[in-house]
Amino acid sequence: MFAGLSRNDWFLFLAFTAVILLMPIILQPIGAAYPALMQKMCIFGLFAIGFNILFGLTGYLSFGHAAFVGVGSYAAVWSFKLLTMNIVPALMLAVFFTAIFALVIGYVSLRRSGIYFSILTLAFAQMSYNLAYSVLTPLTNGETGLQLSLNDPRVIDRLFDGAGPGLPRVNFFDLYISGGGYAGFYTCALALIAGFFISIRIFRSPFGMMLRAIKSNQNRMRYTGFNTRPYLLAAFVISGVYAGLAGGLMAATDPLAGAERMQWTASGEVVLMTILGGVGTLVGPVIGAAVIKYFENIFSSFGDATLHDVFGFLPDAIEDPLVAFLSLFVGDGWHLTLGVVFMLIVIFLPGGIMEGLRRIWNLFNRRRPGDREATPAAQPQPAE
Amino acid sequence: MDAILLQILNGLDKGGAYALIALGLTLVFGTLGVVNFAHGALFMLGAFCAVTFNKLLNLESVVIDPEQTTAWGSPLEVRTPYVEAWLGDFGAVLNDYSVPASIVLAIPVMLLVGIAMERGLIRYFYKRPHADQILVTFGLAIVIQEIIKHFFGANPIPQPAPDAFAGTAYVGEIFGLGQTLAYPWWRIVYLLFSLAVIGAVFAFLQFTTYGMVVRAGMHDRQTVGFLGIDIQRRFTVVFGLAAVVAGLAGVMYTPILPPDYHMGMEFLVLSFVVVVVGGMGSLGGAVAAGFLLGILQSFASMNEVKAIIPGIDQIIIYLVAVVILLTLPRGLLGRRGVMED
Amino acid sequence: MKFKTMNRRLFLRNSAIAGVGLAAPMHFIRGAYAQDMSCNVPTGDTVTFGWSVPLTGAYADEGADELKAFQLAVKHLNGEGDGGLIATMKPTALKGNGILGKKVAQVHGDSQTKTDAARDNAKRMIERDGAIMISGGSSSAEAVAVQSLCQDMGVIHMSGLTHSNDTTGKDKKRYGFRHFFNAYQSGVALGPVIGEAYGKDRRAYHLTADYTWGWTQEESIKAATEALGWETVAAVRTPLGSADFSQYITPVLNSGADVLILNHYGKDMVNSLTQAVQFGLRDKQVNGKNFEIVVPLFSELMAQGAGDAVKGIFGTSNWDWKLDDEATKTITKSFGAEYGTPPSQAAHTCYVQALLYADACERAGTFYAPEVIKALEGFEFDGMGNGATLYRAEDHQCMKPCLVVRGKQEPKDKFDLMEIVQVVSRDVTTYDPSIFGGELGPYDAKQC
Repeated sequence: MFAGLSRNDWFLFLAFTAVILLMPIILQPIGAAYPALMQKMCIFGLFAIGFNILFGLTGYLSFGHAAFVGVGSYAAVWSFKLLTMNIVPALMLAVFFTAIFALVIGYVSLRRSGIYFSILTLAFAQMSYNLAYSVLTPLTNGETGLQLSLNDPRVIDRLFDGAGPGLPRVNFFDLYISGGGYAGFYTCALALIAGFFISIRIFRSPFGMMLRAIKSNQNRMRYTGFNTRPYLLAAFVISGVYAGLAGGLMAATDPLAGAERMQWTASGEVVLMTILGGVGTLVGPVIGAAVIKYFENIFSSFGDATLHDVFGFLPDAIEDPLVAFLSLFVGDGWHLTLGVVFMLIVIFLPGGIMEGLRRIWNLFNRRRPGDREATPAAQPQPAE
Repeated sequence: MDAILLQILNGLDKGGAYALIALGLTLVFGTLGVVNFAHGALFMLGAFCAVTFNKLLNLESVVIDPEQTTAWGSPLEVRTPYVEAWLGDFGAVLNDYSVPASIVLAIPVMLLVGIAMERGLIRYFYKRPHADQILVTFGLAIVIQEIIKHFFGANPIPQPAPDAFAGTAYVGEIFGLGQTLAYPWWRIVYLLFSLAVIGAVFAFLQFTTYGMVVRAGMHDRQTVGFLGIDIQRRFTVVFGLAAVVAGLAGVMYTPILPPDYHMGMEFLVLSFVVVVVGGMGSLGGAVAAGFLLGILQSFASMNEVKAIIPGIDQIIIYLVAVVILLTLPRGLLGRRGVMED
Repeated sequence: MKFKTMNRRLFLRNSAIAGVGLAAPMHFIRGAYAQDMSCNVPTGDTVTFGWSVPLTGAYADEGADELKAFQLAVKHLNGEGDGGLIATMKPTALKGNGILGKKVAQVHGDSQTKTDAARDNAKRMIERDGAIMISGGSSSAEAVAVQSLCQDMGVIHMSGLTHSNDTTGKDKKRYGFRHFFNAYQSGVALGPVIGEAYGKDRRAYHLTADYTWGWTQEESIKAATEALGWETVAAVRTPLGSADFSQYITPVLNSGADVLILNHYGKDMVNSLTQAVQFGLRDKQVNGKNFEIVVPLFSELMAQGAGDAVKGIFGTSNWDWKLDDEATKTITKSFGAEYGTPPSQAAHTCYVQALLYADACERAGTFYAPEVIKALEGFEFDGMGNGATLYRAEDHQCMKPCLVVRGKQEPKDKFDLMEIVQVVSRDVTTYDPSIFGGELGPYDAKQC
């Protein structure tokens, strides 16, 4: 299990672990060190890592991954309702159900490739969303969202003690996960670290090699007698399971499952994260997820007043138009910033933030000029 | 009987909208080979051309009347639109017909937007993978939509249909079928309009030399280039044309659905499904699939059908898309070798 | 696992150092997290309220108006402006100098008319901004979801516009309070009026927004109309935010129904009503009677959106600016002077909720949530525009009169779209809290 990683990989893994665990301190100066946001960063980081295993390695662009998040969330909340508030069975069930769901959808969707694959996954996700929103309401509680209630059976919990007053909290034995606090964040952080480790393993394994070969030339693979379908399906299911686990964690930190997390725009969001960070890189997707979630939470609450504070030193004649222009991009308009940055990345920096970092690194480190630049951007690169 | 006819009418009406949006999408794909996720945003821009036109017509002079007060005590403001003040009755008529009249504004605006988009962005993406095209146009769609949101707000802005078409058409009476077969006038107008636009686009491609060259280019861009024709410029115009078609679809849709900044995204997924079902790059396929899916959706919404298969109305379109893609890989009328890798 | 424990210890030590060293250099970090994480009892000279309002999505109109009301309420609480309802509220402990000597600060976020987003919003405002009270929301799904979150976090939720029976019924929470009326009360108020207007022999067809509010309203209105002797032909659910309702309306035409009941609100109601009218429903004759449309929950904002289509349509309302009492006139004037429009019922309920919370803190003499809750429970007040009102302790629902309204035939201007048909007295709208079940939960939901 632990063999086969180079020293660089280990170094990367340890550095990653340290950064994630120290987030409450590192993020303090930028005002992001509160549990709700850090949880989100970890959960979406996990989701993006999983998405990257499919998109980054095989090049199959799925527009329906949010459906797996939804399935994971519903499974977890049902486990909280029926079995116990402990997260262990909830996460196991989330993984189990998404794996089955991904297997079915993957089996069908992978019969086609290219944009047809994208449309198939999109169609399945929209079907799941629309059904969860309408006829499946007994199972999903539709728009209202599946929530805990006092009358839930919670069979296992009842074995040990009676129903307490009020709603119980999600826990990991004696540790409360939901209801705010750092325990929730560390749970998500550990899941992210574990997910990251598995992702390194996959990237470095023969299986990962195979997936990359499929990306570069599937026909040639077929001609040499490989049946690529099982590999693709495995990658699809793995990445679906990551999404399901992310969904389970969402439910664990906040025990409610709403249908809108299955909508296609939610699938679009993870695509944005992955591209922004760097497709096919190991840490890129996590960075992309963290950046987007940070902007969503912090940037979006900037108002004109904040801008006036920042540019207060300028003369009014310059300040007012400047603030008027910048206010387009902050507050309610932060999506505009996201759109613009995203376009710039796709146009000029297809490798995302990771490629940007690499270019800057090369700028200061021209020992072997040309060596790095020659590698095509989309090809997976270990982060250094 | 009436119920069935009504559903067919409703299906045709929905289908008209789907077909119109899908037509532009597939036109761009067929000629330029670009998957344009910003097409929904163009539809939305068209709708906001109508909003803008209406706003311009309704620019008002405000006179504060100190004699009268509002219910909460501040002086009453008397507002008169300039158009009515200057043009009198004609102004009032113009205001009434502001939605169809705004086509005059929408055509040049959309043409410009389309051409600018193609020259400024899309042309750099011809050689890039389809995934990149999807992503960059998706980003562009977000940008366009947020700019509209900034200027027009997040709320839908209702656009009234002209009074003459605001009511109900008793279609049944025309055909001697009784009063139950009733349908809103404007939706009938929209159906006829979409048929006319679809017809015009086909006529343009089929019967003009310009269109013939474009079709040749769709088939084999290189050879047309060798013949010394600047196919690139024609394709730019085609992109502009697609933007105009999307825009017009948006303009005329406003009385049916008050436009908001997000309406494009809602139609985008649907129109992609329509295009794929019809076959990527096939104009006839897009139109056929548009009407087919519209009618299927309308029938799936009947209570009798829902009683048998609950929830079918929510998923019918996607279900059809999945079935078609699995059985007819190239869609209904798609060509061989398009987007298969 | 080894790394984890090691780093955790490291973290604990470092955070102790960081707590001293990094004393929040950026101005948008409020409060250090070392002390209480979630109950947010204010320590500085301000107290922060969080407004979670939908600025996009199906109920965006209401959300925007709610935000205006909240901002006005904060002004009045801090002693700016004309003081609004603080002057008319009876009894009141408010002095117009903030709350317990602290100035009121506010944060807001867009809940997008979605439960997930609303909860994210509330969480952010509680954890990052230290909000001690969350209010707002235009959808019952939001209200139910957010008040349960607030209970978990030990923060009080003063629901804004939420009309589902579940909010203070099945899903009621110790930390959730509702001033707005509910679907059950709408049914009780509306039933007799439409029975008188349309007769006892009617066949109703429901189109219902598919979520908690729609379900309970459908149930309540069905119960009320069936008690009149009406028959329910069908009840069809429509997803929240469906823009084109034509596919749901066409089946109505041939269903044999002669009344269409639209359990829709916001944009949904505007779209479904205008489309129903375009399909000629109101010009129809069925079973020898005029076809009628009823919109059980009505608001001025929706009437503006739907235009002529609302004329003559019956519905109910929590409050209307045309009511003829001192408090209503005061708030209408105050709001009108500030924003140029009269307040909607959503704005009114939000404004009142903010004041009620502030007053409760003032009376309790503390911001400590369990004490504030006790101050609100069973509180009897007047002078807020609805007449004498009771915050019932059993389910945290306000007991007060509600209005049956009707779309005006000849409106004077675009704010004069509804006429008040009847003010249904509090005796009629009061019901037994036990019929909806649910349990409030403990006072000390979270120890801080």
